Amino acid sequence: MNEVVTIGMAELSCSSESALLRTSGLGSCVGVIIYQEGSTHAAMAHIMLPSVTISSNREHKIGKFADVAIPELVRQLRAKGAASYRLKAKIAGGAQMFASAGNEMMRVGERNVIAVKEQLNELKIPLIAEDTGGKNGRTISFDPTTHELTIRTVHLGTKVI
Amino acid sequence: MKDFDFIHSTHLDVLQEIGNIGAGHAATSLSALLGRKIEMTIPEAAIIPFDQIPDRMGGSENEIAAIYTPITGDAPGSVYFFSDAIQSNAVIQQLTDPLSESSKQDLAAQYGQSAFLEAGNIVIGSYLSAFADLTGLQVARGVPDLSIDMAGAIISHGLSRLLIQSDVAICIDTHMKIDGEATVRNFGSILLLFDPESFEVLFKALGVEIDE
Repeated sequence: MNEVVTIGMAELSCSSESALLRTSGLGSCVGVIIYQEGSTHAAMAHIMLPSVTISSNREHKIGKFADVAIPELVRQLRAKGAASYRLKAKIAGGAQMFASAGNEMMRVGERNVIAVKEQLNELKIPLIAEDTGGKNGRTISFDPTTHELTIRTVHLGTKVI
Repeated sequence: MKDFDFIHSTHLDVLQEIGNIGAGHAATSLSALLGRKIEMTIPEAAIIPFDQIPDRMGGSENEIAAIYTPITGDAPGSVYFFSDAIQSNAVIQQLTDPLSESSKQDLAAQYGQSAFLEAGNIVIGSYLSAFADLTGLQVARGVPDLSIDMAGAIISHGLSRLLIQSDVAICIDTHMKIDGEATVRNFGSILLLFDPESFEVLFKALGVEIDE
């Protein structure tokens, strides 16, 4: 049985000793996993908002904003010895939980996914797989040894990407 | 953005009292709807880190049925009326004809969903109108909507606006149950979240001094 590292809302963490990375209840939030091919280096963030620039200058949790969290994931992976040119990404989340809340501000799931992809693009990290959008919450876990991302939903069952 | 250290227990006491009256109205309307006496807990008003909110809803992965309505006007925020998914079926069975087994009036059925949505809409409506009366604030509610999913995923929707500015939330929550029945968790709970911009407006309307 593998050890599991659980990542809370707006948190991020690296896997150690090939422990599973897990985060639960992703709604409009996006779970981002960055890992190194051919190794067990992996890290996950539970991102809640696109960018810190629309925020105030208060102290925030490091995993909250896509534009802060993703560079931090890379920094932590590199500090552990990962090779940045071999990093890959998988993402899941960015749902719209309530259909009627259709105004610009509330389509935060969609905006989160866009912001995450922009960051990955900027850092030249290829996006290998994604399961985003829709209207279902997701709980995800990533196995750093197989690089499989398992996604569980209430209504659509479980799948692996 | 200011820190929220200026909010003292007095402020929270006032909010709790408002929650108490609002939830009282909500329980009365749910009671009229179900034809059963409804009991409620004394609401709790607290400033808590946002990541503790799912715990108040039975945990991040707890499957709930939730009605969400945005609050607009003087004090923007969000209201949720929610039940554990299993409990929501009990609410629905009280609302609809429990004898007509054939139509399967539970949460899986369209009919059950609209019954639950309507109950939530009435509960939220009476809560907010009591809130508006007490505070003298103009608050309107948006279109209510239903989602049946994990609590963490559902709450992230209402949190997104709030979290731009802060890692803490003012939250008022109340839990209701049918009188005489064993206490069940999350039979019908109401959760109010206010956006940070609402705090000062709210306390000013309540006549509570904010010493900064």
